[in-house]
Amino acid sequence: MSAKASAEINFELSCPAPLPAKDTILLGHGSGGKLSAELIRDVFLPAFQNPVLERLDDQAIVNVNGQRLAITTDSFVVQPLFFPGGNIGSLAVHGTINDLAMGGATPLFLSAAFIIEEGFSIDELRRVVNSLRQAAADAGVPVVTGDTKVVEKGKGDGLFINTTGIGLVPEGIDLSADRACAGDKVILSGAIGDHGIAILAQRDGLEFETQIQSDSAALHTLVAEIMGVSSGIRCMRDPTRGGVSSTLNEIAERSQVGIELEETSIPIQDQVRGACELLGLDPLYVANEGKLIAIVAPGAADAIVETMRRNPLGREAQIIGTVNNDRAGLVTMRTAFGTTRVVDMLAGDQLPRIC
Amino acid sequence: MKYLDEYRDHRIAKGLAAEIRQATTRPWVLMEICGGQTHTVMRYGLDELLPRGIELVHGPGCPVCVTPLETVDKAIALAPQPDVILVSYGDMLRVPGSHSDLFRAKAQGADVRIAYSPTEAVKIARSNPDRKVVFLAIGFETTAPANAMAAWQAKREGLTNFSLLVSQVLVPPAIRALMVTSTNRVQGFIAPGHVCTVMGCKEYESLVRDFHVPIVVGGFEPADILEAVLMLVRQLEAGEARLQNQYVRSVSYQGNVPAQQIMAEVFEVADQKWRGIGSIPQSGLRLREEYAAYDADRVFDLGVISVDEPAECISALVLQGLKKPTDCPAFGMKCTSENPLGAPMVSSEGACAAYYHYRRHAVAE
Repeated sequence: MSAKASAEINFELSCPAPLPAKDTILLGHGSGGKLSAELIRDVFLPAFQNPVLERLDDQAIVNVNGQRLAITTDSFVVQPLFFPGGNIGSLAVHGTINDLAMGGATPLFLSAAFIIEEGFSIDELRRVVNSLRQAAADAGVPVVTGDTKVVEKGKGDGLFINTTGIGLVPEGIDLSADRACAGDKVILSGAIGDHGIAILAQRDGLEFETQIQSDSAALHTLVAEIMGVSSGIRCMRDPTRGGVSSTLNEIAERSQVGIELEETSIPIQDQVRGACELLGLDPLYVANEGKLIAIVAPGAADAIVETMRRNPLGREAQIIGTVNNDRAGLVTMRTAFGTTRVVDMLAGDQLPRIC
Repeated sequence: MKYLDEYRDHRIAKGLAAEIRQATTRPWVLMEICGGQTHTVMRYGLDELLPRGIELVHGPGCPVCVTPLETVDKAIALAPQPDVILVSYGDMLRVPGSHSDLFRAKAQGADVRIAYSPTEAVKIARSNPDRKVVFLAIGFETTAPANAMAAWQAKREGLTNFSLLVSQVLVPPAIRALMVTSTNRVQGFIAPGHVCTVMGCKEYESLVRDFHVPIVVGGFEPADILEAVLMLVRQLEAGEARLQNQYVRSVSYQGNVPAQQIMAEVFEVADQKWRGIGSIPQSGLRLREEYAAYDADRVFDLGVISVDEPAECISALVLQGLKKPTDCPAFGMKCTSENPLGAPMVSSEGACAAYYHYRRHAVAE
């Protein structure tokens, strides 16, 4: 076809119709992104409306006889059940302890409930339970109650675990996602993306060879150490589902502040970077299970980072950004090129790219 | 990381930007064809580094964005059939069809699976002999060899439960179609490095000659794109129109010949509809007659899927580089990544999504 011979194409305007009303639960509703937030806002908050819940932190903090009790609950549906660096049992302990610790609470007790699919191997269950017991013992937080349910074959995905934790918040500690102020520093306790990539590498159809291990760990001792050196901590979060980006977007939204990150200061392992490049994923959205983000007063930042770095769980701690008053609710990033871009919250899960 | 860090080095990028500023005496409109390149421009803010006169417009090179609505609707119609397993690249699951998308079909019980490679779908067919496995084979010349390989492999193994729902598009006919429109503003193209890794550079020579337009095959990292811009600007300023290859570490003149051979064995060139653009003659691939048994369009009786596309968004103009995503009244208001109105907002390679994810702060100003 030569240029002269070819007729001009009649470009048609075309566009898909908007999707119908949201009447079905999609996987994205469990991703920790915008769809999750919408579900909480539209379904759960109106149903249970109360001031404790409305804080929307990782844990509820309630007053009982002058003591401040922290309560949190978390369900674990990870697949595969066993992954490099942990399994669903250890994860169920770490996740719940971390949710307590992020509120500054000292974790005291755990419950563990098991939903098991008919046909599941008892041997495998024993391995998970042993690992859960070991993780709880290492953390010094006993499992004091539990529950078992079995569902018909095909009605569960092998094994689901729910854990609930309670703890006590020491006097003088008041952490919440609405406390970030302009000028505060954003501290990240270590390299991002390890857990998400370790899991992804094991998934059916995607097996690739890597030495990346999940970072799954209980962070309450690290938290106790930094709270010991400074009273300048405004808020802490563990960037699990949805990664660092979703966590910071939530904080920016709750505190009605902007946050600017420095791209070059965000620690990330080469292997994780490589895997993300290959899969077309952004590590800022990949899950972590042993990292925390702390928003701290500017004067407290250096001491907190130094303290973190003395603990193996915080060895690579970095100040990764600053809170500002520029645009409420917006997280941005200063790139290595000196340009600025938005760090958005994803709607649902990150989707692997085509090419 | 080798082969990445040096192309993301900000000192090299700033040096290239300075050279571009020096070389530019007049305004030029350049188009990067590939959505991956648009993504890099937005992610690293490369347009902020360019002199005012250099305008980058974003091309139609997003495979998800240009897949016709009928193909998406067909996939959504096939997926819920009880004996069907629909396998797709992840990006396609959120693309809205006329009334639903594949994520919703999956939520309502359809067996929809994400694969990174079409040969994965062949594996699924092999281990599920009582189910019909359909792979949604979409994309440019980049995905065509692997999609062809899947059909070839299925045929060789004699699998009778595997088929492809095909929407394969080709870059050079799309550039030709853009060049002959009366509204065209593009004066130079950055050709897509991945496509050319497969096809080589040679296909682009006739475009350069016929339209006297410079084309530079470019890579996907910041330094690649800036270098390609510099090469285009130098040609334009000198009144030249040549085919140049910036992405020499991946692209050769002939391309990947075995990949081209498997494509030619399985596919033949055909007219193709592009979402947001319309039908372009000889701009796509369909399965050859010998592979009819692996063509989902022929294996399943899908009837005629009629498509009603209201002109709500300006994706057509965006995909032709005539408008920026931010020119659309729906951008960021009615059309967001949670509720995309058009495919360019869905795909991570789509121009609207790139603006939405990385540039909302600039729009707010």
